[in-house]
Amino acid sequence: MTQASRVPDWTTGGAGIAFQSCSACGERWYFRRGFCPRCGSTPPVDRQATGQGTVHAATLVTRAPSEELRAHAPYLIVLVDADEGFRLMAHGAPQLRIGQRVRCRFVSFAGRLIPYFDPA
Amino acid sequence: MSYVTGVGLTPFGKLPGRTTLDLMSEAAAAALADAQLQRADVDGLLCAYSTTFPHLMLSTTFVEHFGLRPTYAHGVLVGGATGFAMAMLAHTLVESGVARNVLVVAGENRLTAQTRDAAVQTLAQVGHADYEVPLGATIPAYYALVASRYMHEHGTTEADLAELAVLMRRNAVNHPGAQFRDPITTHDVLASKPIASPLKLLDCCPVSDGGVAFVVGREPTSGFRVRIRGAGQAHTHQYVSGAPSLTEFGAKASVERARESAGITLSDVRCAAIYDSFTITLTILLEEIGLAPRGQAGTAARAGYFDRDGRLPLNTHGGLLSYGHCGAGGAMAHLAEMHHQMTGRAGARQVKDASLALLHGDGGVLSSHVSLVMEAQ
Repeated sequence: MTQASRVPDWTTGGAGIAFQSCSACGERWYFRRGFCPRCGSTPPVDRQATGQGTVHAATLVTRAPSEELRAHAPYLIVLVDADEGFRLMAHGAPQLRIGQRVRCRFVSFAGRLIPYFDPA
Repeated sequence: MSYVTGVGLTPFGKLPGRTTLDLMSEAAAAALADAQLQRADVDGLLCAYSTTFPHLMLSTTFVEHFGLRPTYAHGVLVGGATGFAMAMLAHTLVESGVARNVLVVAGENRLTAQTRDAAVQTLAQVGHADYEVPLGATIPAYYALVASRYMHEHGTTEADLAELAVLMRRNAVNHPGAQFRDPITTHDVLASKPIASPLKLLDCCPVSDGGVAFVVGREPTSGFRVRIRGAGQAHTHQYVSGAPSLTEFGAKASVERARESAGITLSDVRCAAIYDSFTITLTILLEEIGLAPRGQAGTAARAGYFDRDGRLPLNTHGGLLSYGHCGAGGAMAHLAEMHHQMTGRAGARQVKDASLALLHGDGGVLSSHVSLVMEAQ
């Protein structure tokens, strides 16, 4: 991966959600990289999300992929549209519905911190 | 112009004791016999990949194993879209004069070579290693996310999805090579084990062993006159988190490119072979392509529109959902079935008019799209 984000991010052990933006064209995106995927400008700006957003899609996973994760099943996986203008995958409270406003906290899942959304 | 001069298809399901190379060889030998060609006639070779035999150079491994001396050979990797991508490439190679007879092969002992957990985990890797896989996501979960949004926007119900699983099974009943041949009802689908809501076990294709091959040539070498008349692709993203939309994908653009290159309209299409890894996959592809109105694929299936004797016969061998899914070979079985239909060899599954067919496959999470127009002359 491109060098670690300068703001806390759950994919590198931090209790935060990092995203990036382009100072040339204004594009915002989630998956870290060293350039803007729309216009190619460098370097992108590392930013911290507030953790607020809206549920775009949701699935309750009953069939976990491994023995280790079966202990956690069922778990709700959501795609959330962050208020900052990017989409991320996370876990969420089982009752979450599409269109619902949500707020993020961080929970331990299979030995690492992951984003978990509750109703706002 | 190119011709599909022969096809070879193994049964799908549990085929113990057979390796990736065994299954590829079995299918390739059948395809060559069908095309009335010898190994020495093959000057082009396209291979897919095998998750149970992840060799860096599968094509030349197969060259050596099967005994070929092609002037052109390599692998192709776009997940479930690989089979049709190889067909499109073979068509292009033949049209441009690079090769005269291109053998296209895929096979995998995906079911018996590993545990089900191992298969699920390997396939989940089409998701993002840092941002998605650590959340315990699986291929069914990626498609279930898409399903939740698509159903929210278009009013599709779980019972609508179930109709497509029932249809695929009804078709598979008449194919001796299908993995699952016991008829099922919508109730069975709705009552099957939850996997990732709204998808249940019978909304998901199985993991299978199997092999498929075909030959694409410059002229007919057998009595069969089946042409690839046009082809197209569209690629928009890899990861479901990064998809531009969860309700519009690359299928429409891909099919339009294929239609334009073939010089046909959708209403010319007499039968269809559409990728059906999950009931939601088939629903979205049918509706985005325009073979059913938005939100109506299940209703159309229920009314018999896609039946063997309906207006647009669909996946008459049972599709991935019931014939089975062995990886890249999965969609190639759709092409083999279409060839059998176009050459009048489909037996109890034979449709009345298979003169012009649309085939469409996707790889990843509706990420990579390839469409083909095939024609019987």
